Amino acid sequence: MSLSREQMAEIVARDIPDGAYVNLGIGQPTMVADYLRPDSGVVLHTENGMLGMGRPATGDEIDPDLTNAGKQPVTELPGASYFHHADSFAMMRGGHLDVCIMGAFQVSATGDLANWSTGAPDAIPAVGGAMDLAIGAKQVFVMMSLFAKDGSPKLVPECTYPLTGRACVSRVYTDVATFAVGADGVRIVETFGISVDELTTRLCMPLVSSPFT
Amino acid sequence: MTALIMEAAEAVAAVKDGDTVLVGGFGMAGMPVELIDALIAHGAGDLTIVSNNAGNSDTGLAALLAAGRVRKVVCSFPRQADSWVFDGLYRAGKIELEVVPQGNLAERMRAAGAGIGAFYSPTGVGTPLAEGKESRVIDGREYVLEFPIRGDVALIRAHVADRMGNLVYRKTARNFGPVMATAAAVTIAQVSSIVDVGELDPEVIVTPAIYVNRLVSV
Repeated sequence: MSLSREQMAEIVARDIPDGAYVNLGIGQPTMVADYLRPDSGVVLHTENGMLGMGRPATGDEIDPDLTNAGKQPVTELPGASYFHHADSFAMMRGGHLDVCIMGAFQVSATGDLANWSTGAPDAIPAVGGAMDLAIGAKQVFVMMSLFAKDGSPKLVPECTYPLTGRACVSRVYTDVATFAVGADGVRIVETFGISVDELTTRLCMPLVSSPFT
Repeated sequence: MTALIMEAAEAVAAVKDGDTVLVGGFGMAGMPVELIDALIAHGAGDLTIVSNNAGNSDTGLAALLAAGRVRKVVCSFPRQADSWVFDGLYRAGKIELEVVPQGNLAERMRAAGAGIGAFYSPTGVGTPLAEGKESRVIDGREYVLEFPIRGDVALIRAHVADRMGNLVYRKTARNFGPVMATAAAVTIAQVSSIVDVGELDPEVIVTPAIYVNRLVSV
């Protein structure tokens, strides 16, 4: 069976080292927070200027001055800190952030990331902090479905969409397999409801090796 | 000189046609809505607005855009679920857009405020946003040259000011405020309250008064 979004979030959470400083991108990556162990010591960074972000705010907790990068109201945890935007992005570029997790349109065999623009002529370009996160975090994890609605793979030899960052992705978590991306290429870490042969055939790209070969 | 306390209308009279105006806020958090409303009433046009977003819903920055006062927007993330005012103007060809990665946007304003002529950033290397920019390999890593963004006027929102113009902020509403305050010739801060000099703990002041020219209590 392929994985649900919740199961993918659980697997990503399992791979985050205890005590890591982590940025969760907008959308699906925010679900990872639900699966972090309370005693993991993981500290969440939100690029609008906070470390120690807590769960979403509800009811009386909602404060328009306290939001996440998706502009949703959130809470603060003990030990939280606030800082301005230049500091927040200095944390990324300066290599202080351990992991960031983002969605993607495409990831290449060399870890190039494309997740900000489809390049469509009528699209309004908007990048936010994606390019800064891509090159700044020590490790970039991508969460996405492996195949687009038309069946084409999103893990590709070379990205056809405009890049967000070059050679920056270290892991790709998908509904049917997890991949590690390194200097030597793409390796299958784990599969879910698909054979390695079928995966290899459908991806149309070389894979370094797999746990089964 | 320390900051002058005045009404919003008097404060934003500093904005002239064709100015570059830095506008604080991340979404609505930290957005100086009352100063923007006063700017709309003031009537200055042909403006270049530098802000993280390009307006939300129909208030604040979106209202300024809707009033036809903005020639160009420099921002990181114009497209949002509630950015219909900007979307309409952009698709009609009535507004220019420069998209800047969020960290480069902040750092370019920081550089302006800190007197840095330009800086090499690793953000955007190999992407369409680095095309045509000078690049350089330093210690084996590629960087692109980014230039400062200076404002004629900055409109920001802080939480509390003292009468000199020292500012403290509130939670994530701080966002671009402290950076923009340093990067404009005239910085106007709207605050929820103004206290006497000496009432703010010097250890917690985020924006020192040297960066603040005009204060508006709303």
